[in-house]
Parts: sequence; structure tokens; C-alpha cells
Amino acid sequence: MADPMRIRAALAGDTTTVRVLMSHPMTTGKDAHFITDLEATHNGKTVLKGMFSAAVSQNPFLSFQFKGAAKGDKVSVKWVDNKGQTRTDEAAIA
Amino acid sequence: MKATRRQAIKTTGAMATLVSIGLVTQSQAQAAVDRASFEVKTMADALKALGGTPATSDQISVVSPDIAENGAVVPVGATSKLADTTEIYLLVEKNPTPLSAGFILPAGTLAEVQTRLKMGQSTNVIAVVKAGGKLYSATKETKVTLGGCGG
Repeated sequence: MADPMRIRAALAGDTTTVRVLMSHPMTTGKDAHFITDLEATHNGKTVLKGMFSAAVSQNPFLSFQFKGAAKGDKVSVKWVDNKGQTRTDEAAIA
Repeated sequence: MKATRRQAIKTTGAMATLVSIGLVTQSQAQAAVDRASFEVKTMADALKALGGTPATSDQISVVSPDIAENGAVVPVGATSKLADTTEIYLLVEKNPTPLSAGFILPAGTLAEVQTRLKMGQSTNVIAVVKAGGKLYSATKETKVTLGGCGG
């Protein structure tokens, strides 16, 4: 099982900024092992879908912004890698 | 003994099939572009996979440093001011597989994403944006200095 993600979600005005740091080797070549898909949800609604290649750096960082959330709401992020491993973590919006 | 072994192989095979089916279904459900787009070797093929040649737009900013001292971790992002921006793709021209990351933005999500990519050498970084169903792009050059001396 991969290590937990570090997720920071902060509301400023009407915009929530989400920063995610995933723990993953993201290797290329013969022993390629990398995150292929990720999805962020807020109250069960998708706020971002991402697709990665192995060209994304080790321990991938991702930052994005969305509207319509309130402080205390949960933001959940899920990733799936090319070996079928998956991890889901969530954070409350501060 | 033999039966057990055969059974084990059978079960493992079935599991692998299930997993692969599950994975394929999942990535197809999530991806606007085919997974194979992330495997193509040239910029031309990558753009073809995204749906054609994008028009250059000054409404898109590519965030990438002028000089990256460490090609393994280069902060790259893109911002689009185009109305109805629904997808953002980041491409690194001189990487073995240029298409590096893609993002689908539902309504309510701002057209601004930031991540970190690997670059093997100095290269153009291209952001391709889908807005109103059409493709637009912007390009920025990043010089990668190897050896960590800061050149």
C-alpha cells in the first residue's frame, strides 16, 4: 500500500485551491510504474480528472482550483496506477 | 497436486483478466483521450491523438521555468482565459513520449493547473487547451541544465 497523499485545500473568496502531493515512484522504461489516472471529488461531485504519463515527476504534485465549496467540506482524491494499485485520501477545506 | 496447480493458474489467469478488464473500463470511462495517446513518440502524433492541430492562442499561459536546473522535477502548469475551457494537456516536445499529463475540468473548476514533469533535455513545453470544443495551444521553451551546477 502506498503512503498517504498530502492534501491541502484552502478557501479564499469563492475559490478553493487544492494542492496534492502523492507518494509514488513514477518510474519509466522496462519497470514502468506510474499513476495513470486520478480524480478529485467534492461532496461526491467530480472537480478534476487527470491522466498522467510516466513523465510526471516522482511523488507527483498537483494544484488546481474550483468554486462552489464551503469551509469544512471534504475534498477527496483517488489515483490508480498502471499496476492496478489505488489510493484514496481526503482533506477538509480550511 | 496437479489439479491444485492447474486450479491456481486458472484462478490467477481469471483474476488478471478481471483486473485488466476493470482497468481498461476505468481508464476509458475517465479519459477523454485514449490511453494510447500517452504512448505516442512524436509531437505530431500526440497532437493528432488529441484531435488535430491547435490554433495558437495568447489567452493561454504556459507556466514553465526559463531554466530548469533539475530536469527530474520541473514545475509545469497552464492557465487558460478562453471561455468554456474543458480540457488542458501538457506536452514536452523532446521527451520520448511528449504527452505528459491531461486534465478534464468540469464546470466550476478553474482553467488553471500546476504539476511537476520530467524533462530529458532543453525543450519546448506546449499546453494544449480544449475550449468550446476547439483546440488551442501555447508554447514556452525551457532550458534544462544538467549536472546541478546551475549553468
